[in-house]
Amino acid sequence: MLHKLEGHFALKHGLNKKLSRRQFVVGASALMAYSALPWPTRSFAGYESQFTPTLTGKNFALDIDYQNVNFTGKQGIATTVNGSLPAPTLRWKQGERVKIKVNNHLAHDSSIHWHGMILPTQMDGVPGFSFAGIKPGESFDYEFEVKQSGTYWYHSHSGFQEQTGLYGAIVIDPAEPDPVAYDRDYVVLLSDWTDEEPTDVYAKLKKQSHYYNRQARTSADLWADIKEKGSAQTYQDRAMWNQMRMSDRDISDVTGTTYTFLMNGQTPEQLWTGLFNKGEKVRLRIINAAAMTFFDVRIPGVKMTVVAADGQNIEPVTVDDIRIGVAETYDVIVEPDADQAHVIFAQAIDRSGFASGVLTTDPNLNAELPDLDPTPILVMADMGMDHSVMGHEQKMTDVNMAMMDHTMHMQQEMTMGSGAAGFGSNKPVNHLQTEYGPHVDMRAEMPRYKVDDPGIGLRDHKIFYGRKVLNYADLHNLYPTVDARDPEREIELHLTGNMARYMWSINGVKFADAEPLMLKFGERVRFTLINDTMMNHPMHLHGMWSELETGDGDNIPRKHTVIVQPGTKISYLITADAIGRWAYHCHLIYHMPAMFREVRVG
Amino acid sequence: MKVIIFICAFFLANPLYAVEMDDDPLLALVKIDQLEKTDIGDDNDTAWEAQAWIGKDLNKLWLKTEGDIVDGDVEEAEFQLLYSRAIAPFWDAQIGWRHDVKPTPNRNWLAIGVQGLAPYFFETDVALFIGQKGNVGLRTQFEYEFLLTQKWILSPEIEANFFSKNDSDVAIGSGLSDVNVGLRLRYEIKREFAPYIGVEWTKSYGNTADYIAAEGEDSSELQWILGLRAWF
Repeated sequence: MLHKLEGHFALKHGLNKKLSRRQFVVGASALMAYSALPWPTRSFAGYESQFTPTLTGKNFALDIDYQNVNFTGKQGIATTVNGSLPAPTLRWKQGERVKIKVNNHLAHDSSIHWHGMILPTQMDGVPGFSFAGIKPGESFDYEFEVKQSGTYWYHSHSGFQEQTGLYGAIVIDPAEPDPVAYDRDYVVLLSDWTDEEPTDVYAKLKKQSHYYNRQARTSADLWADIKEKGSAQTYQDRAMWNQMRMSDRDISDVTGTTYTFLMNGQTPEQLWTGLFNKGEKVRLRIINAAAMTFFDVRIPGVKMTVVAADGQNIEPVTVDDIRIGVAETYDVIVEPDADQAHVIFAQAIDRSGFASGVLTTDPNLNAELPDLDPTPILVMADMGMDHSVMGHEQKMTDVNMAMMDHTMHMQQEMTMGSGAAGFGSNKPVNHLQTEYGPHVDMRAEMPRYKVDDPGIGLRDHKIFYGRKVLNYADLHNLYPTVDARDPEREIELHLTGNMARYMWSINGVKFADAEPLMLKFGERVRFTLINDTMMNHPMHLHGMWSELETGDGDNIPRKHTVIVQPGTKISYLITADAIGRWAYHCHLIYHMPAMFREVRVG
Repeated sequence: MKVIIFICAFFLANPLYAVEMDDDPLLALVKIDQLEKTDIGDDNDTAWEAQAWIGKDLNKLWLKTEGDIVDGDVEEAEFQLLYSRAIAPFWDAQIGWRHDVKPTPNRNWLAIGVQGLAPYFFETDVALFIGQKGNVGLRTQFEYEFLLTQKWILSPEIEANFFSKNDSDVAIGSGLSDVNVGLRLRYEIKREFAPYIGVEWTKSYGNTADYIAAEGEDSSELQWILGLRAWF
């Protein structure tokens, strides 16, 4: 079987040209035609290693150890499970009880957290909350009932071990017949690898927060703007950013300058390949296991029907492009043509690189690699409209527009029923005293509740490329809302930070100084998150579902990780049905140590 | 000396958090802002300007030094040992001891300053120096960076020094003492390592200019420079 795959993928890599928007309107496809650079011929030497092992059954033994890897031409040391990066895919059956023995062969404490699993707090794998962690040379026996089905993942919850490879997929087959029909399925696990020590990456960010950003504004760029818009307009456009001492090109903290992006542990050169037969429906279980990277995933020429978000079935929605935040998962059904190979293209949110793989019926077929989209540029709305630094006509126009937006939204909420489950918060935003000080560099004065906003860099895709991008408003639970109660109370949490000092916090208070968030057992509570920073934060609550308020009270989608876009607010409901101590944090690994809370249910 | 004890005590008294996830590790930075040959070809002149710190997010122990070596002799050498505390999102307040080793006789000052990033991205360092004999100095430094490309960076900077009194032994005159304007073009081979070329114009004013003229030197100089910027 494997020998048959020995073909030749002559992929072409498009020149990543700088293009004006006008040129893009003319046609992105025309540009691909003059893609010229030959794609490096792949080596098939280690082809077998392309396949991440899958472990099935009820009893598992996972060995955490160091592993030599080479993704960049340089030898690196990863932390892996059973010598595999990504870790073996665990295939469980809903309703069964699984036992997993985890042996730690590292010189440091380790742990495994089952991301998105609803299980007892002692089995959740968070050192300090669930247990003491797994000491070097020791092991821990996890045992729990698999209550749910779908696509999840697992990773270390100790130190920065996730950055060095300690992550893998969990696939749970449903006890009842699957509402989703498919002929075969593949895990598409995305991640980011660096040869640097994670502690060095963190130290560099603290010393120079823009260290990895090589997409800053330049003088050439300034000149182009002046020629296009005139100097007065250019000055106005940039004044607020300059006053705030922030960059509208600040998209990712850690970028392709150090990261190699992986799909199922394969670099774009190694090119992970999934085979299918003509006419088959293929289910892709897309998991973002990256430490810091959001990906925009698409398969050029192939529609993706999203059938599950964070493991939970949703009403199918067909899209061309999906932004997947760190720690999120999406299941999609694709039915690609058999006569060509299709690239699964996962570009990093800041376009500093991409992960890619191929779906094909025949490894001899050629696939064409698309160009990276233009680098996103933050706009004023992404800053939540800080009034204190306004004062220009252009800004006022933007503000007025945003206010209109806001008012319209408020009216919408009123008519839909103020504060009802599924419709989000309309409470006025209140900044706490703790949000003021050297540790917080901005506060969103007018954060918008915009679940229908696909996010920076994707907003114009419909207009420019005719690509439909998934947004949170598209998510409707396939099943009726289980807990139809309206929330009894609302907890407002501000995601805060100081980009330049690389300090992160919630409500201006970092984890080390924070009290736990106390929830009463059984209560229905609304969490409203306000992003007072210019970064996206994927917020992950352990142990309980985050029921995202997308404007559909009857079919509220259940998520474990929710992207909070810069300068916005978003709400979700929680039924506090899991007693214990739970972690609640931003899943960007270098934000996590401080942008973290304990949620205590009792 | 009391000042140093005070600084150290203040620094150490700051709480160290014992948490499982250390969001705020103890870090140290050494940064050579300028290490350069000036007036290439003429006299053999080397100048340095560097700083180092050790500390955490909000509190740091900060060392600054600058000086000048001409024909193998240290002509000017200044050291500052400061306690630095974040007081605003972009600003640190600093207090400590400044010691001028050269020119002799050496001078000690109490240094009080703010360092940070002003709106429109001006790197700023403003400090007040209170000397032993009641002389008060003020130093203002501003630096800006134009990114010509992601790696070619043109950086103008201006520094001015003021003093309340004359101190003829070390060629300090009251009022505006000197102004220093530099323009450096560096190439970041990597973030931490960037050679540069540049031009620097220095002018002394008032009594300072007179003291310098008395020593037979020019009170105004325009020099080409070749240097290195590095940090780790």
